[in-house]
Amino acid sequence: MLGHLGWVLRRNPLTALASAGALVLCLVAAFSPWLTPYDPIASDVPIALQPPSAAHWAGTDQLGRDLLSRIIAATRLDLAIALSAVGFSFVVGAVIGSFCGYAGGKLDRAVGRLVDVLMAFPLFVLAMAMVAALGNRVENIVVATALINLPFYIRFARAEVNVRRDLGWVEAARAAGESHAAVVLRYLLPNILPAMAVQISLNLGWAILNAAGLSFIGLGVRPPTPEWGILVAEGARFITTGKWWLVAFPGLALMLSVLCFNLMGDGLRDILDPRQRT
Amino acid sequence: MSPLLRIENLSVTFATRAGPVEALRGIDLTLGAGQTLGIVGESGSGKSVTAFATTRLLDRAGRIAGGRILFKGQDVSRLSAKEMQGLHGAAISMIFQNPRAALNPIRTVGLQLADALRAHRDLSAAAARARALGLLNAVLIRDPERRLDAYPHELSGGMCQRVMIALAIACEPALLIADEPTTGLDVTTQKTVMDLLARITAERGMAMILITHDLGLAAQYCGRVAVMERGRLVEEAAPGRLFAHPQHPYTKRLVAASPTPNSTLADLVGEMRPAGAGIPAAARPAPPRGTPLLLEVRDLVKRYGSAAAVDGISLTMRPGESLGLVGESGSGKSTTSRLICRLIDPSEGTILFDGQSIGTVPARDFHRSELRRAIQIVFQDPNDSLNPRFSAFDSIAQPLRRLTDLRGAALRARVMESAERSGLPPNLIDRFPHQLSGGQKARIGIARAIAVRPRFLILDEPTAALDVSVQAMILHLLDRLRREDDLAFLFVSHDLNVVRMMCDRTIVLQNGRVVEEGASDTLFARPQSAYARELLAAIPHFEPGASLAATA
Repeated sequence: MLGHLGWVLRRNPLTALASAGALVLCLVAAFSPWLTPYDPIASDVPIALQPPSAAHWAGTDQLGRDLLSRIIAATRLDLAIALSAVGFSFVVGAVIGSFCGYAGGKLDRAVGRLVDVLMAFPLFVLAMAMVAALGNRVENIVVATALINLPFYIRFARAEVNVRRDLGWVEAARAAGESHAAVVLRYLLPNILPAMAVQISLNLGWAILNAAGLSFIGLGVRPPTPEWGILVAEGARFITTGKWWLVAFPGLALMLSVLCFNLMGDGLRDILDPRQRT
Repeated sequence: MSPLLRIENLSVTFATRAGPVEALRGIDLTLGAGQTLGIVGESGSGKSVTAFATTRLLDRAGRIAGGRILFKGQDVSRLSAKEMQGLHGAAISMIFQNPRAALNPIRTVGLQLADALRAHRDLSAAAARARALGLLNAVLIRDPERRLDAYPHELSGGMCQRVMIALAIACEPALLIADEPTTGLDVTTQKTVMDLLARITAERGMAMILITHDLGLAAQYCGRVAVMERGRLVEEAAPGRLFAHPQHPYTKRLVAASPTPNSTLADLVGEMRPAGAGIPAAARPAPPRGTPLLLEVRDLVKRYGSAAAVDGISLTMRPGESLGLVGESGSGKSTTSRLICRLIDPSEGTILFDGQSIGTVPARDFHRSELRRAIQIVFQDPNDSLNPRFSAFDSIAQPLRRLTDLRGAALRARVMESAERSGLPPNLIDRFPHQLSGGQKARIGIARAIAVRPRFLILDEPTAALDVSVQAMILHLLDRLRREDDLAFLFVSHDLNVVRMMCDRTIVLQNGRVVEEGASDTLFARPQSAYARELLAAIPHFEPGASLAATA
C-alpha cells in the first residue's frame, strides 16, 4: 500500500504538492498560537493600514493589527469548522446511507425522498437561514454546514453499499453468523471508506468556503475573531483606497486551502481508482 | 493462394507498474478463407490478447512488440487508425464475451444494426432498416419486425448474443473472431447460438476464430484447434487428433482435467495431485436405510412480487449424502440453496434440519441459531466471496469468532488446520484477496466453510469461475473433505458432468420446480424427462481416445 502510494505520488506531482499543502495547513492550524508573530487581536492604531513590510509581512489592518497573525489565527478556526462539519456529516451520512443501501425497500425510499427534498433547496441559502434562525454562533455554522453536506454522504454511501450488498463476501458474513447490523458496520462500511475519503477531501474545501461565505455576509463568526471570511469582508471596505493587501492575503489563504483539498481529493480518487492499478 | 490471415512471430507486451509484461511471446498462426480455428487455453494464456491484437483493439497499455499480422497479405499491425476503421466490421469483425455490455443500451437493436451497415456502405435509412430485418431473420430471432424496435434490456442473454452475431456479420466480413461468445449463457442457449454461428459462417464462407476455455466447444465447432499456454502456442492440430493424442505436456494436462461424460473424479488429474485423490468416489458406502434424515424440505416456495423463483420444491438428504441441484439460469437453484442456508426467508413451505424446523426462524435471526454452525456455504465466484479488507486468516477466523468459543492459540490452530486441509499454503495466510490467485481464493472460501465443522455444506457453483485444471484440484479437495468429515453436500451447478462425478443423487430444476430426480448414474445415463435429455444433449464434448476413428 505504501509502495503504491509512493508510486502514485511520483506519477502525480500535483497531488503530492496539494497533499503537502494540506499537511502544512493542518500544522499551521494546530500550532497557530505559537506561529503568530504578533497578537492577532491587540490593536496598535498608530501603525494602522501599513502595506506589507519586513516587520509586517502581510501589512496591518485599520486597527493596526498584524494581518499575517490574523490569517494564521484564522486558519485554526476555519479548519476546525470545516473538519468538524465534514466529520459530522460523514459519520452520520455514512451510517444512514449504508443502512439504506443495504436494507433497500421502504426505509430506503423514505430516506431517499427526504434527501431529495433537502437537496432541492439552494444549499447556501439554507445554511444562511439555519444560522440566522439558530443564532450567530460558531457551533451553528458547524451544524448548518454539516446538514447541507449530509445528503451527499447519504447518497454516496447508499450507492457504494448498494453495489456491494449482493457480493459473495456479504452473504458469507451472514453465513459466518453475523447479524445484519454487524454486516453493515463491520464489513460494508470499512469497504466504502476509501471511496468516502475522496468525498471528504473534496468536501473539506467546500466546507471552508461555506464557513467563510457565511462569515463574509455577517453570519456566524463575528469580529474581532479572526476568520478568513471576516478578514476579506473587512478588507473589502478599503479596496477602493488601494489597500489591496487587506483582501489579497486572506483571499489567497482561502483560495490555496480550497485548492489543496480539492486537488488532494482528485489525487485520492486516482489512487483508489482500480484502473490505475494495472 | 495466400491464406486469409497469417500471424507471424507476434509478440505483445503490456506496460504495467511492475514493468513490461509479455502477454504474447511469438506466436504463429495461419487461417485460410472459410476455415474455423479454435484457440483454447486457461486464463492468462493470451488467447484473447491474440484476438484483440488482430483487430487492433488492445487497450492503451498493450503494444505489439514484434511480428506481423497479415490479413489478405496486408500487415494489419502497421495500419493507421483510419485504415483500420475501414477494416473493422467490413473485413474483420468480432463477437464479444458479454453481449449485454457490448450492445449500446440506449439505442434500439434496429438502429444499431443500421449504424453498422451505414458505417461501411452508402445506404438510405429505409434500406438499412430492411437489411437489418434481413439480418435478424438470418440469426433466427423470432418476431424480427418487433425486435427491430426493441432495446437490448428487453432481450434475453441469448437474444442479445444473436443480435451481436447479426451486427458482426452485417457487412459480410471475411473473418469473424468470437471471444468466448457463449460464456454466461445456459448450455441449451449455448448450443443454439453456436449452431447458428457455425451455420452462418459455413453458408457465407466466413473464416472464424473461436476463442474459448471449453475444450468440448472447440472440438465440436472447429476444424483445427490451437492450444495456448502463457503467451505461447504449444500445439495445433485437428480436434480429433489433438484430444485423442495430445503431444505437449500442457495439452495432456488440460485434456485430463476436463470433465467428460464418462470421466470419474479420479480421472481428473490436477496440476498437483492431492493426497488421497486416488480413492474412487464410489468407494463410499451409501448411508444405511433407516438413518434419520439430515434435511427435509417440503413444498418450498419463494415469491418475488407475483413471480415465484422457487415454486414448490421438496427434497430430502441423509447425513453424509451428496445431492446435485442442476438447472439453467432462472431455474431457482441458487434461491433454493440460499433458502436452505437460511440467508433468505421462504414464502411457504417447511425446512427441517435434523428434525428441527429452521424455516420458521427468520433469516435475520438465524445467525443466533445453534444450527448456523451446522449449515455452511461455499460461494460461486472466489473473486467476490472474500472481504477485500480481510486477510486470509481473518476470512477463515471470522466464522470461528462468531460461532465458536475458540480464541487465541486455539483459534489460530483451527484456522491453520482448516487452511492446510483446504490446500492453502501456510505462508499465504496473511495475504489479502488481491494478492491471491483464483484457485487460492477458492481454497480460502472452502477453509472458511469447513472451519466451524459443519454437518451440511452447500456448494453454489464452487468451480464455475475457475480454470479446468484448478477445478479438478478443487473437486478432489471437496470430495476428500466430504469423506473425511462425513459432510453432506448440496452441490448446485449448471455443469452436469461435474455434478455427475460429485453427487450420489441429482435433482433437475426448471422454472422453480423439480423436473426429475434420481441416482446420478441412472439419471445421466437414461434421463426420463424431455428437459433433462435436452440439457444433456446440449453439453459440448470431446471424447479422448474415441473420436480419432471418426475423423480419420
